[in-house]
Amino acid sequence: MDYITNILFAVLLFIGIGYFSKNVKKLSRNIKLGHDVDVSDNKSQRWKNMAMIALGQSKMVHRPIAGILHVIVYIGFIIINIEVLEIIIDGLFGTHRIGLSVLPVSVYGFLIGAFEVLAVLVLVSVIVFWIRRNILKIKRFWNKEMTSWPKNDANYILYFEVVLMSLFLIMNASDIHFQSMNSGNVISQFIAPWFSGFSESALHSMERTAWWFHIIGILIFLNYLYFSKHLHILLAFPNTFYGSVKPQGQFDNLEAVTKEVKMMMDPNVDPFAAPADNAEMPAKFGASDVQDLNWVQLLNAYTCTECGRCTSQCPANQTGKKLSPRKIMMDTRDRLEEVGKNIDANKGTFVDDGKQLLDNYITREELWACTSCNACVEACPVSINPLSIILDMRRYLVMEQSAAPTELNNMMTNIENNGAPWPYNQMDRLNWKNE
Amino acid sequence: MSELLNVPTMADFMAQGKQPEVLFWVGCAGSFDDRAKKITKAFVKLLNKAQVEFAVLGTEESCTGDPAKRAGNEFLFQMQAVTNIEVMNAYEIKKIVTACPHCFNTIKNEYPELGGNYEVLHHTQFLKSLLDDGRLTIEGGQFKGKRITFHDPCYLGRANNVYEAPRDLIKKLEAELIEMKNCKKDGLCCGAGGAQMFKDAEKGDKEVNIERTEQALDIKPEIIAAGCPFCNTMMTDGVKAKEKENEVPVMDIAELIANAQDL
Repeated sequence: MDYITNILFAVLLFIGIGYFSKNVKKLSRNIKLGHDVDVSDNKSQRWKNMAMIALGQSKMVHRPIAGILHVIVYIGFIIINIEVLEIIIDGLFGTHRIGLSVLPVSVYGFLIGAFEVLAVLVLVSVIVFWIRRNILKIKRFWNKEMTSWPKNDANYILYFEVVLMSLFLIMNASDIHFQSMNSGNVISQFIAPWFSGFSESALHSMERTAWWFHIIGILIFLNYLYFSKHLHILLAFPNTFYGSVKPQGQFDNLEAVTKEVKMMMDPNVDPFAAPADNAEMPAKFGASDVQDLNWVQLLNAYTCTECGRCTSQCPANQTGKKLSPRKIMMDTRDRLEEVGKNIDANKGTFVDDGKQLLDNYITREELWACTSCNACVEACPVSINPLSIILDMRRYLVMEQSAAPTELNNMMTNIENNGAPWPYNQMDRLNWKNE
Repeated sequence: MSELLNVPTMADFMAQGKQPEVLFWVGCAGSFDDRAKKITKAFVKLLNKAQVEFAVLGTEESCTGDPAKRAGNEFLFQMQAVTNIEVMNAYEIKKIVTACPHCFNTIKNEYPELGGNYEVLHHTQFLKSLLDDGRLTIEGGQFKGKRITFHDPCYLGRANNVYEAPRDLIKKLEAELIEMKNCKKDGLCCGAGGAQMFKDAEKGDKEVNIERTEQALDIKPEIIAAGCPFCNTMMTDGVKAKEKENEVPVMDIAELIANAQDL
């Protein structure tokens, strides 16, 4: 009869991983809705960025308290997951603590002992995180865009961590065999006495229950990721790899525009020539919806974990303007999800829903408040670039809609007419010399 | 004083069949803005003093296109860029120095793809190199021991990772360099970038330049040093709004060095 639990376990594992894979496919499809961008350059720098920024958390520790706590949770998360490997093998083959039959007791004990210590550290960190969010109410967690879902999402993750870590410790504490080994029960030996009055069979069921809930919890957590801001634990890696390797001040030169400008400057081009029959549709300048952005920008949106470091560093936001770089990323993801659902509902093609990223999500007032200072780009611990989206949307407003604020139109007219943003004659450019 | 300024143009050099050591890109603010013109002149005095063979484009210079690009007008930016590149390539320019971080960033980072490849230096970097080569000496003079804070221009600092050249120069003045709460990588914008200089700010509860000026005044400087004509304007306005203009002047690094030597 024992094999029934093994089958049940295999089925659960299959469903858990299967549903997650299905959503990963959707995620990848949505990201590919963005247009292509060449990221094949500077491979070695990109690997280095990924190693330093994602794996090494180099930017997280810029804010030491949150940073160090995050590093603890992160290391704990990765290392404790080695234990999941054992759980999966045990579950599939009906073994118990398979590690013990392949590793010397001392090594196994050392590993589990380390996991237990980490589990406690993670618990403490997660509790501090919860206090920072809900009791200390640190400002960046309470900005306007932090409506009920983003706030709950953040807390759910914390509760998840508490439950998973507690289950791990209870599982070890109620494991009579493991406790009697007295190796590796660094923490659980102090929990075991709580259950001293329990019968052996009660302890056994408790251990089994904790074991099942632990693995089911992990599978639920895995599947929750797709719906949550917490995707960053996976996407931080590709995102830091594909993030910009250019100086922050360098904005891309639009190729479509370069072609037109070259034509205008070429005296041999016939300005009245009809476009060739096979000519492509002229590209749309800038972005008004998510499909106009490139796939790295869309990957950015899924990677954002809404920590708000960008927004707290933004000069516009600090002085009470509506612009919040975090909201730019959240809006981009929300709209992308909406477009993705639209495609799912319409058998693979997007049907115009009368909405777009501009105006329906991101207002013009937000876009025009940006000083392009790159503080948000610098602040992001996972190389997200909200500024590039703001610029692409400004490009759409100016080049497709001629909808710049009047003062900026005056500035641009001045540059066109006399080569300076102010109405001075270019012939007077050297007058300062004699003043 | 003005008759002492020696400001040859590229056309002058060409006529003599010579190449200058460096092109001084003056920029629109440096050419037209009354406050920024003083920075331009201070820098020229230092170039003259160090006997640098430099030239300006004069009436052949035109906006780099930075504010147009950041406002979203890529078309106008590239028109400006291509025109400027044509002029500079015709003069076979190799090295450029500018006192404007916006021009610096645009020419250095955005012109190469469009055919303009030059070595581009911010004037603080260039002055530092003159100093290192022994071509320029810096004295503390009136600034000896003064508390000076440096406001990092976004397009020099974060955008291009230049933090030390301006600070090294301030230290050479034997002044006491003090840092604001937000400096270097965390420097707070003055509020002028991204074409904001040319429009009113969106509705909020404060102007960005006031916020930044408060950060500066918090550490009680005797002088606020700047390295960008737009930051200079914003900080000067901020100090005026706080009615401190007689106590805390806002000065460009080039002005500090030139004034220290009574140039």
